[in-house]
Amino acid sequence: MSVEQALVGAPDGEGPKAATRHVSRSVTLTIGCVLVGVIVLVAVVSLFWLPFAPEDTSGGRLMPPGAPHLLGTDKLGRDLLTQLMIGARIALAAGAGSVVLGGAIGIVAGLAAGFATRWLDDVVSALLDILIAFPTLLLAMLVAATQAASLTSAIVAIGLAMSAIVARLTRVLVKRVLAHDFITAARTSGTSWPRVVLEHVVPNIWPTVSVNLALQFGLAVLAEASLSYLGLGAPPPNASWGRMLQEAQASVFIAPVGVIAPGVLIVVLVIGVNLVADGFRDVADPTRRRRR
Amino acid sequence: MSLLEVAGLGVRSADGRDLISDLSFTVDAGTRFGLIGESGSGKSLTALAIMGLLPPGMTASGSVTLDVPGRGRTEIVGAGERLLNRLRGRTTSVVFQEPLTALDPLMRIGHQVAEPLRRAQGLRGRALKTAVTAALEEVRLAEPDRIARAYPHEISGGQRQRVAIAMALACRPALLIADEPTTALDVTVQAEILALLDGLVSAHSMALLFIGHDLAVVSGITDHVLILKDGKAVESGAVLDVVNAPRHPYARELVGSARELDAALDRLGEGERS
Repeated sequence: MSVEQALVGAPDGEGPKAATRHVSRSVTLTIGCVLVGVIVLVAVVSLFWLPFAPEDTSGGRLMPPGAPHLLGTDKLGRDLLTQLMIGARIALAAGAGSVVLGGAIGIVAGLAAGFATRWLDDVVSALLDILIAFPTLLLAMLVAATQAASLTSAIVAIGLAMSAIVARLTRVLVKRVLAHDFITAARTSGTSWPRVVLEHVVPNIWPTVSVNLALQFGLAVLAEASLSYLGLGAPPPNASWGRMLQEAQASVFIAPVGVIAPGVLIVVLVIGVNLVADGFRDVADPTRRRRR
Repeated sequence: MSLLEVAGLGVRSADGRDLISDLSFTVDAGTRFGLIGESGSGKSLTALAIMGLLPPGMTASGSVTLDVPGRGRTEIVGAGERLLNRLRGRTTSVVFQEPLTALDPLMRIGHQVAEPLRRAQGLRGRALKTAVTAALEEVRLAEPDRIARAYPHEISGGQRQRVAIAMALACRPALLIADEPTTALDVTVQAEILALLDGLVSAHSMALLFIGHDLAVVSGITDHVLILKDGKAVESGAVLDVVNAPRHPYARELVGSARELDAALDRLGEGERS
């Protein structure tokens, strides 16, 4: 077997099956990017231009879709499209904010826990299990009860709950990486611990952690919508999709668009994020990537 | 003066079992020493103890001293991490059994080989790149530039082991520890890797501590051997003496089974010819 063959004929194999799988992966990624991209675009546009002012109630209550209110108005007479556009901003901020917060705390805690041995390790994992068993919404309610209900308190609550999940995942991944010979090999050549962590541990856990963070983004969007639905999210006049659902549910038979539109947007964003996460895995991990 | 001196080395596990007890041997500069034993006999632990890299929870007792240029005799057992990190790679270096797990799967080969070169010789930029190519050429890898760009899963097992050897040799250690470097490889590749190790150790007049379970392989490349069983030395001496006149029953068993295998192969060969 020539060197070239040895190179290409690696475990993931060539063949038509591998090729179609590869194509479907990039299709997943593309569709996901388009879905998320549309929401991001809407959010960015909302910063510069809105069809109506958010507090403008001149349109009449519960108007059906049509000019000048493309999607109609809500029960206070506010333009629905305007509310939805602001909602995109809130949803993305909630997702990004909690991922940044939860990711930062979770990865650092997970790295530390991964290096802990014996009793310290037991204590940390028991602590993480307790945190994870604690429902996100309950934690959020506690945070909201001590603070005033706001987008920030929702992000803090979701981020904290997320950090426990990320930390547990990171801890397991670190333990698995540390068991490998290449860590010992790096140590035998005199690499110091901080360098081993930066050069070997973090790159090896990153593909899995980043995909998990992307999935957590979708969950955070859902969690924020749920909190807002319960009145624990961003207070008015900041329109959140979850609160729009709650406000419109009483008039669902008179003005169905008020429920359908935010619901569809939540689904679009969450599915989009999940597709991106799924497709992203191959990009992030060179052992899954085919040789260029 | 001996390069490595192991005297009364003991390794105890976290739950208090003795994994190695009272192990003593010396390796002189430029000589080759073999450690033979079945799995679980403590061979690899001995290597880790010499590097000061025992897994957490295990404790070493006794003494492991290395002759370090410019520093004199240095005790490894109980030494601090800073000192050990300075010795690792420069004074001693290891080639592991499983080349796939001994290389970081997410780092290009070139980067992994560059790491010890950069640290030990302070090379940067173009000089570093040239040194990486030279290191890969030294272990007889064809197309070193392409290998340097590849990830470990993209090259074959034999190529990976050559890369691992290149990394171990990068800092020109005085003592190379080879922990079953050929066990995970095909027989034909095994012979190539052994020949490569043999040549490189001679070329750089390094000392070699070769660890293995196969008497035939170990005795082929070393001049002194020590046979380990359950963490205790049962026999040691010059290769020829041990092979020709084993004293301990376990050593006799090892030599006997190696001879039996040889004889069986001979018989097969004869059968084919007739």
